Amino acid sequence: MKAIFREGFGPFLAMFLLGLMVSVPLRAGPAGEVTVGAVYPLSGALASTAKLSRDGIEFAVDIINKRYDLALPLARSEGLPNLGGAKIRVIFGDTQGSPEVGRAETERLITGEKVVAVVGAYQSAVTATASMAAERLSVPFLNPDSTSPTLIQRGFEWFFRATPDDDIMSKNFFDFLKDLETKKGVRVRTVALVCENTLWGTDVCKFERKYAKDYGYEVVAEMLYPARSTDLSSEVQRLKAVRPDVVFMASYISDAILYTQTMQKLDFNTQAILAMDAGHVDPAYLKTVGKSGNYVFSREVFSADLGQRKPLVRLVNEMFKKRAGYDLEGTSARSFTAMFVLADAINRAASTEPAAIRKALRETYLSSDKIIMPWGGVRFDVATGQNVLGRGIIVQIQDLKYWTVWPWHLASRDVIWPMPAWTQRR
Amino acid sequence: MILLQGVVNGVLLGLVYALIAAGLSLIFGLMEIVNFAHGQHLMLAMYGAYWLAVLYGVDPLLSLPLWAFALFLLGVATYWLVIARVLRAPMLAQIFSTFGLGVFLQSLAQFVWSPDFRLVPSPLVKGRVEAFGLFVGIPELVASIGAVVAFSVLYLFVTRTESGMALQATSEDREAAALVGINSHRMFALGWGMGLACVGVAGVLLSNFYYIFPEVGFPFALIAYVAVALGGFGSIPGAFVAGIIIGLTEVLSGLLIGPAYKYLFVFLIYLVVVIVRPQGLFGRY
Repeated sequence: MKAIFREGFGPFLAMFLLGLMVSVPLRAGPAGEVTVGAVYPLSGALASTAKLSRDGIEFAVDIINKRYDLALPLARSEGLPNLGGAKIRVIFGDTQGSPEVGRAETERLITGEKVVAVVGAYQSAVTATASMAAERLSVPFLNPDSTSPTLIQRGFEWFFRATPDDDIMSKNFFDFLKDLETKKGVRVRTVALVCENTLWGTDVCKFERKYAKDYGYEVVAEMLYPARSTDLSSEVQRLKAVRPDVVFMASYISDAILYTQTMQKLDFNTQAILAMDAGHVDPAYLKTVGKSGNYVFSREVFSADLGQRKPLVRLVNEMFKKRAGYDLEGTSARSFTAMFVLADAINRAASTEPAAIRKALRETYLSSDKIIMPWGGVRFDVATGQNVLGRGIIVQIQDLKYWTVWPWHLASRDVIWPMPAWTQRR
Repeated sequence: MILLQGVVNGVLLGLVYALIAAGLSLIFGLMEIVNFAHGQHLMLAMYGAYWLAVLYGVDPLLSLPLWAFALFLLGVATYWLVIARVLRAPMLAQIFSTFGLGVFLQSLAQFVWSPDFRLVPSPLVKGRVEAFGLFVGIPELVASIGAVVAFSVLYLFVTRTESGMALQATSEDREAAALVGINSHRMFALGWGMGLACVGVAGVLLSNFYYIFPEVGFPFALIAYVAVALGGFGSIPGAFVAGIIIGLTEVLSGLLIGPAYKYLFVFLIYLVVVIVRPQGLFGRY
């Protein structure tokens, strides 16, 4: 007895001290609670978009904290089992869509609210500054939804991004074209690149040019046009002159509408239009152009019709729709998924120490059947923090709806290629 | 052929620019006040045409006289409520008053009608015609014909009617006109009414083929300022010619040089005019 006591005392003391540290963590709210920060543009011009993110996050937290029979991580338990069933509590910060406010809010959440990690911030420019604050204060920043490729080129050690970026999704287009050529016998030789001329559009054009070259397509026109032009007839005429097999587009909503109208007016026909989401997937696009929008392709990050091939998506979407009143879409689905990635890491870390959570995030591996996204899964590159298994899907507008058409195993409809000429449409 | 198509597109576009610029020019020529809410007035006319079409099924072409008149009244009201109060104020105050009015109208539109994009559902004029390999949108054609008609009416009014003469007299010399019994306040109000009626007509014609949202007027107004500077402040024929020149410049430079540079050339015109001929093509100042 005495020997056991003597021999066991050292480890016992160590265990006791460790237990003390765990039970009185530095960064945690009331007992049994882990606080996480979320910074989004809750007010201002993007308020309606931020609401999508918020709905996604709150739904995810509900599933994590309560017991649900779903194949999602932590759904079948209450709270985080490795932290004694601790519940996740999210504290929101309002970036107002401004990089400066985004940075300040992130700082406030970390230093004032003692959050263990931060998610956010939708706009790439705000994510850039907010993650800078997290980097400086050594707290993990998990970005669900900003697609600027520059975000992962900064050498940050506390930054993680779940979504595929514009680089990856530009590449997806060319994989799609190659797939079409082998499977459907489609012949594409020349492409035209049409991009709006701010940072986003010029970046997209840059990647598309690079991949077009790598994949052996001839770029017959590369047009940077002023966003929010009053007239786009000269652009469309240029396209008519070079007759590309495929047109790549990166446009905001007003230009997307005007292009569609002008192409119809000037009778510009091509095999296909491949759009880099934004304007072409804005709900206002189809509402405004109607039937003229049919047959346009766009890359997307998510589509509710994925549920046809993936029962988990259908189940989650039904629950979400009951709660929020609308279908899951790219923004809500990505913030929803990011919360699971984070909660899974915190649970595996079994700690609320930021360094331990970062380590767990770096060791993350979620297989594709555990997430609702069409990705190959979630695994972060240690150097950049990018989810290397992320990938986009390609949707096509058919009968005034967006349908997933690629990758084939997720497709809910077959591709219509080429798009019919304007004169042959009803 | 491509060049010819470009010229056609440029002229059609230019005529709409011209009509928007005419209203701006008229007001400036009369009292040397720039209406910085011009784009927002255009937006109001577009929304007006849209809502009549959606709620009561009245086609924009049919509601055109109504909105021209409504914008006329709005112009008169704007003069009495806002402009008359800053008539003798420093120029900066005049700028702020119309600029503030613009911000107010735009925010109001965003608040009441949301930032959504809208398009008049199946207007009376739609589709396109094809002739000799040239494609022309019918609504654009109607809009440019409408612009020519509106211009003719405006020109005849100013040069052939007694009120028009009085308007011209006031713009030449306020005090002298007052001496012969012309009430300058009434003339100013008339000028604002006419100016906004022009932009009202332009807005309704535009609503036949252009999307509508709260900020739609801004790029058009920006180009209208260039047109006014080029045509000569206060000159109605000047606005007409300048509008077409700018429409052609925009389309042809986009076509021949590169879309990224098209507004560069449009605003280059502005710079050249300011440096070489500040009074513009037809200007008096």
